Parts: sequence; structure tokens; C-alpha cells
Amino acid sequence: MVRMETNTTLTHGIDIASLGRGEPTMSLDTETIALEVKGINLYYGTGKQALQDINMRIPSKRVTAYIGPSGCGKSTLLRCFNRMNDLVDGVRIDGKILLDEDDIYHPKVNVSDLRRRVGMVFQKPNPFPKSIYENVAYGLRLQGINNRRVLDEVVEKSLKGAALWDEVKDRLHENALGMSGGQQQRLVIARAIAIEPEVLLLDEPASALDPISTLKIEELINELKTNYTIIIVTHNMQQAARVSDYTAFMYLGELIEFNDTATLFTNPIKKQTEDYITGRYG
Amino acid sequence: MMEEATQHHISQQFNLELRELSNQVLGMGGLVEEQLGNALLALTTQDGQLAEHVYTNDYRINTLEVAIDEDCTRILARRQPTASDLRLVMAVIKIITDLERIGDEAERIARMSVHRSYEDMKSKYYTVVGHLGNHVREMLHNTLDAFARMDVDAALKIIHDDLKVDSEYENISRQLITYMMEDPRTIPMSLNILWSARALERIAAHSRNICEYIIYFVKGKDVRHISLEKLEQHAKAQR
Repeated sequence: MVRMETNTTLTHGIDIASLGRGEPTMSLDTETIALEVKGINLYYGTGKQALQDINMRIPSKRVTAYIGPSGCGKSTLLRCFNRMNDLVDGVRIDGKILLDEDDIYHPKVNVSDLRRRVGMVFQKPNPFPKSIYENVAYGLRLQGINNRRVLDEVVEKSLKGAALWDEVKDRLHENALGMSGGQQQRLVIARAIAIEPEVLLLDEPASALDPISTLKIEELINELKTNYTIIIVTHNMQQAARVSDYTAFMYLGELIEFNDTATLFTNPIKKQTEDYITGRYG
Repeated sequence: MMEEATQHHISQQFNLELRELSNQVLGMGGLVEEQLGNALLALTTQDGQLAEHVYTNDYRINTLEVAIDEDCTRILARRQPTASDLRLVMAVIKIITDLERIGDEAERIARMSVHRSYEDMKSKYYTVVGHLGNHVREMLHNTLDAFARMDVDAALKIIHDDLKVDSEYENISRQLITYMMEDPRTIPMSLNILWSARALERIAAHSRNICEYIIYFVKGKDVRHISLEKLEQHAKAQR
């Protein structure tokens, strides 16, 4: 017997009414906000202003990408999110960055705690010259956790989370430096998620990798966003277009345009954005 | 606008590819326009040879469609175009489909012209289809012009024109129905006229589609299947 569709909006299983028409399928207005950047200005010791009055809201459990030419401030801004810039001499920052409504630049903030909540992965994989197992367990050991059962569990979970478990489960105690570049990068991501941060900062995470390893990292990013807020800086615009939900275009220290990725890459509002993503000189 | 669209890339090769692409579309458009012109001429002059020329020439349009499609695929694969470049390629892919259909309709009209056997209705044929034919041919010409200049205002005007063609077609069919009821012997001929008129109405509709892609390219808004008021809003909106 043929069952009639009871839901009248369904036509051959497709909900026609839900199909959009040029409107973005995602909107910041309906997102939970993980990080709020309020009037951030950053000056290097030389007096050079690297960031100019940046204001933006970064959605929770989404991938937000920063694109822009070299020196536009995207990496500098990324490093503001876990106060890595504190390590640079003479840097002065004003403005606020709210993580769950707490200003991370408040004098009372414990920077180590902040960096536990906001993990970071760099362009070049930087595993410690230790075993695969110890690399992932490192953060927990720092926290004083040495219970073998707990560590075993976290290492397995993190390596699975970083889509690396199947490749390394039989050689957990081998030196991490013997792995391929792509595997090392995923190991570093496993190390970062072992301590369950809220936000994961990725600074050009795939630029030193071959295309297949790059795709694996991108696939991983897509899986990780169910649990983490991900912010990625990339020179590769197609990569931003592939992996991110929202994209910010920066130029000369300013945030030029921030929009959902589909809109930014098909119909950008600002001419500067258009010129950059289409590869024109402005 | 088209100049703008195919310039200023850091990659000169990409500039060239996009310019070549729009030139090919214009070339295809020119051929389609010529086919329609010849089909209409064959119809009014009853020139069987010209009609044959039209339908043996249709393959050239089809070949161009396939070639331009391949170019678009290649550009998508190699250049991963974004923003207005992406919209240009998307618009071209769609525009050439409509151009190819217009070519088919022109061929249909040409075939109709050699089918006529009812001499007494010939004058009827000329007046009815002749007027609509000129109107539609001009519309197609303006459409290709609007594409060459990526001119939204011109595109809007053509979209309005399509409404006139629709009502003209309505009038023709009403008139022909009266004819057929009055004298059933005119039915084969009347149907022939009606089909020619129908082909012209389709050509106008395809021209309208092309104009919608022009607006999409320039304004970044998909304006298909929406009310005319909304379409005008999008077309006139500042970017």
C-alpha cells in the first residue's frame, strides 16, 4: 500500500519550503557566541599598529576562518585569543576579548588556565621528541594526572578524535618524530584536544602538508567542530571556503568583511574583499 | 562591465580565459541571432533553401554549447573562481543552454516554413508571425547587447518586453481559435501558425532567462521565479 505523505510541505521527500533563495543558510544572529572581540588595537614595540579597532563575534562550535594577505594581522589576531602576544616584547593591546563573557585580558586572568581553555596548533607540526603516547598525555601529566587508566583512556579518545588512532594504535610508544608530517600535525591536534579546550586555534595547520594530508586535516576540522569552537588562519582561500562556516577578510590590520562563508565567496559586499578573493590587484 | 569582469587579475592567463569565454558566448549569440533571422526570412519568402540552411546549421550552435561548457568546466577545475568570476562562469553555463534552445526554436520555425500548403492563408501567416517575429528578434538582439555590456537596465527592459510578447501570443492564439472554429479546413494551417508563434514566444522567454542571469552576475541576486516587483527591487538595489 502506498502511504501518502502526511506532511504537505514534503515533495518527494524534499522540504521545498525550507529551501533558501540566495539568503545565507547560516547567520551570526542565531549562533551562540564563544568569543567576542571588542575594540582590539594592537601595537608592536616599534610603534607599528598591527590591529585596528577589531570588533567581531565568533560563533561557538563553528569554524571561523581568517583570510587576507601576509601582514594583514590575521595571525596576530589569532594569537590574541590565547594571549600568545604577551610573549612578544613591547606589544601593547587595548580593547577586550570576552570568552564566555569574561575578559581574557583582565589582570586577574591566569594565562595558563586561559591557554588550557584555548588550545593552539601551529603551521609546522611540533611534537615533543617523546613517544606518541607521551605527546598526547603531556598536558594531563602537567596537570598532575598520572593514573595509567585515565591516561590510556584520554590518549585513545584524543587520537581517535584526531583521526589518528587506527594508524598508530600499534606503535604508541614509538618516537613521534618518526611519523609523517600529516600524522605529526594530527598528533599535535590530539595533544591539544586531550585537555579538552573550548576553543582550538589553528594557524596555517595544513600549509606544510601534502594535498592528501591536507584533506585529512580538513576532514578532521569538520569533525572537531561538533565539540570545539575552531578558528583557523589560512593563506589558502579554497581551504577557507571548504572548511569554514564563517570567514573574515582582513587587510592592513583591519577587519574588512565578516560573513558566512558561502556569501563571502559568492557575493562579497566590499570591493576589497572581491578583489582579494578573485585574485585582482586593488 | 564585461571589460571590468575580465581584467585586473594578477593572472593574465585567467583574464584571457574569461575574456575568451565571454567572446565565445557572444559569438554563439551572434550565430543564434543569424539563425533566427534566416528562419523568419525563410518563412516570409518561402525560401526552402534558406530554411534548409537554417536546420543544417543548427549543429554549429550545439557544438559551441558543448565547447563553451567544457571551457567552463576547465575554468572551474583549474581556477576555482570566486565572487564575480564565479558568477560569470555560472551565468555563462546557464546562458548557453538558453541560447541553444533558441537555436532549436529557430530550426523549428524554419521547418514550419516548408510545411505550408494552404496558399490562401499565407497573408495571414505573414502578418501574424511577421510582427511577432520582428519583435522577438529585436528582443534577442537587445539581450545579447545587454550581455556584452552587462547592462542591468537594458536587461530589465527586456524582461518587461517579454510580458508584451506573452500577451501578443495570447492574442494570436485567440484569433486562430476563432478561425479554426469558423472553418475547420483552416485547422492544419492555423496550427502551423500557432506553433511558429509558440516558438517565438519561447525565444522571448529564453531571452528573458538570459537577462535574469545578467542581473545575477551584476547584482549577485538570483532573480528567477520571483515577482516582477521583487525582481526590480533587486535589479535597482545598490551593491
